[in-house]
Amino acid sequence: MDRPLIAIEDLRIRFPGAHRSNDAVRGISFTIGREKVGIVGESGSGKSLTGRAILKLTPNSARITARRMEFDGIDLLSASERQMRSIRGNRISMILQDPKFSLNPLMRVGNQIIEAYRLHHRVDVGEAKRRALAMLEAVHIREPERVFRQFPHEVSGGMGQRIMIAMMLIPEPDLIIADEPTSALDVTVRRQVLSILDELLTRRGTGLMFISHDLNLVADFCDRVLVMYAGRIMEDIPARDLHKAQHPYTRALLDSLPRLDHPVDELKIPSRDPAWLLEDTADEGAVA
Amino acid sequence: MKDSTDNLIETRALSVTFGEGASANRVVNEVSFHIVRGEAYGLIGESGCGKSTILQALVGLNTAYDGAILYDGQEVPHRREKSFFRKVQMVFQDPYASLHPRKIVHQVLLEPLRIHGFDQHEERISAVLDAVGLGRDFRYRYPHELSGGQRQRVAIARALIIEPETLLLDEPTSALDVSVQAEILNLLKKLRRERKLTYLMVTHDLAVVTHICGRVGMMNQGEIIEELSADEIRDLRAVKDYTRVFLAASIGSRASRSISQEVLPL
Repeated sequence: MDRPLIAIEDLRIRFPGAHRSNDAVRGISFTIGREKVGIVGESGSGKSLTGRAILKLTPNSARITARRMEFDGIDLLSASERQMRSIRGNRISMILQDPKFSLNPLMRVGNQIIEAYRLHHRVDVGEAKRRALAMLEAVHIREPERVFRQFPHEVSGGMGQRIMIAMMLIPEPDLIIADEPTSALDVTVRRQVLSILDELLTRRGTGLMFISHDLNLVADFCDRVLVMYAGRIMEDIPARDLHKAQHPYTRALLDSLPRLDHPVDELKIPSRDPAWLLEDTADEGAVA
Repeated sequence: MKDSTDNLIETRALSVTFGEGASANRVVNEVSFHIVRGEAYGLIGESGCGKSTILQALVGLNTAYDGAILYDGQEVPHRREKSFFRKVQMVFQDPYASLHPRKIVHQVLLEPLRIHGFDQHEERISAVLDAVGLGRDFRYRYPHELSGGQRQRVAIARALIIEPETLLLDEPTSALDVSVQAEILNLLKKLRRERKLTYLMVTHDLAVVTHICGRVGMMNQGEIIEELSADEIRDLRAVKDYTRVFLAASIGSRASRSISQEVLPL
């Protein structure tokens, strides 16, 4: 692995308030290369916000500061909105949780994929259509011609998410940020979608930032896992070693899951050490 | 165990159809199952398999069903009477949507007491808040002042306050974080032990259902295709192909690879 795609040092995201500011992300540093990195944490841990901060898609009220926030050598902090537009979708794309809300309901599936491609590549419609169909085939959609003409409400959730993946991969980005891409899907469909994503990422050497609350899924799917709690990174660990994680918070999260192979009468409830929050500012919302 | 007089809940050829004529869609197709008093029974399946529809028919939210629902040996009328709800209460999936945003916890808990004509309101509210692990001070809070786990505790308290025999649980933890899920699952287990409750739980999470329930019905396309004990699920002793695929998918790709070699000779 040469230069990392994403290099972040001391990223902080703060929501200033009239009485008290809320620090959602508090000084995190990590790098992502051409690999699959999972970010896990409970709600309010700042994992989604971190993903959005890379694309500068955070709410206007958020104050982002960092010592360093680079994508492939480009300084994202000082990048203009114009520069960001050439990065978003083209070089970094994002897969969101629910395909129902992230596809345009009034546009045929195929046209949305063509649009995504032609925004970033100067080709004629015929060529774009050919590529869109090939892409639909690549995400294992059996009758790409038929699905191409359908509207989003006519396809199932698993199919919708595959269409999203096709749309996000067709501009051939270097990095994909997937924010809970399979949470809205059934277990049986979840594996299919993930294996398709995995196949396409491996083929092109695309980097992946996989945001999820599902520890087992992340351990299964990713190469490396970052565990976040209250806006800080608790542990950075290779996925295959997750089951022997050292940090008490990671352990607690693992122990709180009911397990099939290891039935227990009572599940462990994570206790939280205030020392994990060691920072100059008090934080409240994230702990609840 | 199979003695029919012990069955607290029983359905006979329960069917639910949405739409009419050509667009009719039979979501639940002649489902018959029974739950013994004091048992915890789980229904699992993918979305759209009809598991929540069964729950809605059982609790009386959907009165347009065919077939019969028996409670404690008696067929219940399609429009439920108040006495039915005195015994059967439901906890919904999303605690963010199932609590009235402009009622404080006290009002939320007072309502079922009034409806069912209970006395000693203050004492009962304090007692039930203690039972679900919330302090008594919580009674003056609005839902927006509570976290997801606390809201689900209030929803459970609301169901428990009239001392029902049966709780119907519709994915009670799927909207919660894993750490909070552990709290709620422990609470549900403790309450069942202490109050000898009967549970019917609907979920798509295999680990959760085996943690709470002793017996599980696997649903597919509106039918219960197979009933398994929690131990049979743990040992992956499923008969039907669909159940095996479902079990394998739930356990995870790494595990399922080794399983598919052992159990699924594909």
